Amino acid sequence: MAFSDTFFAFKFGITKRDLERYLSEALSRGGDYADLYFEYLATSSISIDESIVKSATQGVSLGVGVRVLSGERTGYAYSDDLSPEKIMHAAHVAALIASGPAKVDKINLDEGKRRNLYPVLTAPSDTAFRERVKLAERADIAGRAYDPRVFQVQVSYADNLRQVMVATSDGVINFDRQPLARMGVFVLAKGSEGSPQQGHAGGGGRHELEFFENELTPEHFAREAARQAIVQLDAVEAPAGEQIVVLGPGWPGILLHEAVGHGLEADFNRKGVSAFSGRIGQQVASPLCTVVDDGTIAGRRGSLNVDDEGNPTERNVLIENGILRGYLQDKLSSRITKAAATGNGRRESYEHIPMPRMTNTFMLAGESDPAEIIRSVPRGLYCANFGGGQVDITSGNFVFSASESYLIEDGKLTRPVRNATLIGNGPEAMKYVSMVGHDLKLDEGVGVCGKEGQSVPVGVGIPTVRIDRMTVGGTA
Amino acid sequence: MDTADDFLLEVAQKAVRQAIAKGATDVECTIAEGEEFSAAVRMGELETLKDAGSRGAGLRVLIGRKMGSSYTSDLTPEGISQMVESAVYLAGLTTEDPHAGLPDAEDLGKLSADLELFSNETANLPTEERISLAKRAEAAALAFDPRITNSEGGSFDCSVSGRVFANSRGFAGAYRASYCSITAVPVASDKNGSDQGSMERDYWFTMARDYRGLEDPESVGRIAAQRALRRLGATKVDTQNVPVIFEPRIARSLLGNLFEAVEGRSIYRNASFLAGKLGEKIAGDNFTLIDDGTIPRLFGSSPFDDEGVPTRRTVVIDRGVLKSYLLNVYTARKLGMKTTGNASRGITGNAGIGHGNFFMQPGEKSPEDILRGVKNGFYVTELIGSGVNTVTGDYSRGAVGMWIKDGELAFPVSEVTIASTLPRMINGIAEVGSDLEFRGSVSAPTLMIGEMTVAGR
Repeated sequence: MAFSDTFFAFKFGITKRDLERYLSEALSRGGDYADLYFEYLATSSISIDESIVKSATQGVSLGVGVRVLSGERTGYAYSDDLSPEKIMHAAHVAALIASGPAKVDKINLDEGKRRNLYPVLTAPSDTAFRERVKLAERADIAGRAYDPRVFQVQVSYADNLRQVMVATSDGVINFDRQPLARMGVFVLAKGSEGSPQQGHAGGGGRHELEFFENELTPEHFAREAARQAIVQLDAVEAPAGEQIVVLGPGWPGILLHEAVGHGLEADFNRKGVSAFSGRIGQQVASPLCTVVDDGTIAGRRGSLNVDDEGNPTERNVLIENGILRGYLQDKLSSRITKAAATGNGRRESYEHIPMPRMTNTFMLAGESDPAEIIRSVPRGLYCANFGGGQVDITSGNFVFSASESYLIEDGKLTRPVRNATLIGNGPEAMKYVSMVGHDLKLDEGVGVCGKEGQSVPVGVGIPTVRIDRMTVGGTA
Repeated sequence: MDTADDFLLEVAQKAVRQAIAKGATDVECTIAEGEEFSAAVRMGELETLKDAGSRGAGLRVLIGRKMGSSYTSDLTPEGISQMVESAVYLAGLTTEDPHAGLPDAEDLGKLSADLELFSNETANLPTEERISLAKRAEAAALAFDPRITNSEGGSFDCSVSGRVFANSRGFAGAYRASYCSITAVPVASDKNGSDQGSMERDYWFTMARDYRGLEDPESVGRIAAQRALRRLGATKVDTQNVPVIFEPRIARSLLGNLFEAVEGRSIYRNASFLAGKLGEKIAGDNFTLIDDGTIPRLFGSSPFDDEGVPTRRTVVIDRGVLKSYLLNVYTARKLGMKTTGNASRGITGNAGIGHGNFFMQPGEKSPEDILRGVKNGFYVTELIGSGVNTVTGDYSRGAVGMWIKDGELAFPVSEVTIASTLPRMINGIAEVGSDLEFRGSVSAPTLMIGEMTVAGR
């Protein structure tokens, strides 16, 4: 594809020469490095509540972010107007982070290598709106049909198509077209006594709309959400104190995201404020644990052809057989620490400064039979599903909330347990992993990760795992 | 109001007229513009400078009782036309909803008093001074104690925003607001270069509409340093049931949970443990909870809500009795009630519900006196995780704090959880402190819950 046929050139008449001029302006005060992030985002969303399509929204936002690095300093400005004057002004403002004569005199841009991890011909956002409403309606019907105790079903469907162009003073331009769709179902059920209980399920990815026809259907999400709500109707209070905990496969991989992933982001480690700082080569998990962050899995929610700084995403081994191997880098941290790029520089939008972020983070499969793992536990907690989690990267303490869990008694799952928070310490908790199942599963595509006010889509995954010691925050 | 607002108001009114011309029966248009500034310093050096602005418009259109919405960041006539087309088209695809609609004409309006939400001097504060405020806060933290060995930095953040709102029932209004804050995030360590010992981080901040209302940066840095230091050497405790004190910063989060339980959406959907409890005694006599969007200079104040309804003071819980929910027009109609002026929206989608200044009435006792009354208990200074279920009221969160022995803060505690249920907690508030201060739009004094389960070893 010729540059003139690329999205921003075609739609807004931007030329390579323009980009070179903006980058020169950004470096005019002596900055070491500059980049431009052009973004055009079209979003659609639908919500159904009480079987009424209560909202249908569409919109467009666009803009450009200009970043200048000068040593460890970052200057940042953006504009929601792509006229040359406004972009030059943003470049001028970002340039002010440095002071001195320009060090770079000419930038010649070449296009980066292209690949396509999400070869979506028709993005969901380019599909008839009515088709998407129909999908959401199917989830509503299936949720209500699941069980007479279901009394509320709320369905949300959202998709977006993000067009991105990143031009850097290293002389590279990268383009990406990033489709993303997600459906979520939230169900409330009520028994003859006791309070209502909730269940939710959802998923999606960087696919065409047919994904919801052929892979994960609205009915699948609706039944799963309803099943969780019904299970909770009979739940007993969660135990309190240290327990043996078994995590089920899939979404419980959020444990890795919180316990390990955030603590390995290079910005925290460069500054020495992470519980994992300076621990490369050390044992931080049981030898059964190998954890990777992989932004290259086709169609996944956390995958990207190039990260938001124009670097190709990669498969990065974070922990190998329990030994800490590496950090997740963005451009700033890799420049300062002279580390190789890992393709983890991400941002929420053109208004945001990129940071090291996860993509799809998961633990590789082990050798144990999942049923055998459960049988091995005399008394403990089995966690099938989680809500959110959070970590204090400095102390390493992390929590996550079990939304569907069961008591394990004499090697069998017995009663369901009400919501409980699990808490542990990052570099310590993973040392207690004593069995890893052969059933690695990635989540269905719902994850949103928040860091310093920026949200990005991510994926997680884990096989069935036994952790010999973890504190469960119940009341019983 | 200045010429920029006049221009945006004109854009909004034009969008409303266009949508009516395209067949809409009712329309409202919101325009938000904002400039943000952030200066972050770390270890005494400027680290990040961000300075930029953007704006966007959102449109909600009704055709009879069917509703569609759209938004755009392109405020040119073409951008606006496209937004109008899109919302009108989408309204044709949604379902008839008998409760959908704009506020009744008599509910529209705005407060006439000046809420002093905008400070021109703050908007124009020179960059050098902004950087200096951030540097001073961090420097004070680093200088406080040799065990403050590292820092995630100091920052000065400032935003100036404008809001314009017009609808087809004759409402047109605009206001501006400014906001600034200083934050320090020091890291304390007693590792002395070894692998032993611990590393802890904490933060403190000050915020104001006008920079002259900020607390001095040195005190922000010192408090942040003290907070990080007292966490050093934290241990787990045994699992037990004890009284739990929430310091004000943490008590606020409990109010945040209660907000979710009293906002109209969760009520009409029966997704709150407080649904159907209006008029009932749900908490102790010492619990009075108020939402007030009319207090000058505060962070939750505005002259009208995001549907063009004037803000007001609503007593949500009066001495333990649930008196009112917080509603926008839609949820009020669902419940057969009147809006409380709590509509809140961004540029995209429909109006949800937000609070104004949401706070708990203070009590008589000083925090020190409350502490003195506890023989064995837990003083919570940080909560992490999202383990609060407002449907059932189940409550379980990760906690950090200090263990209380014989009325004094004895030693730091971490990696534990606290658990109970929200109904039990608000019924079991043993003490309410006198130390209410408005540091943000949700405010609470020190609170003591009679008993919670602390899970540790």
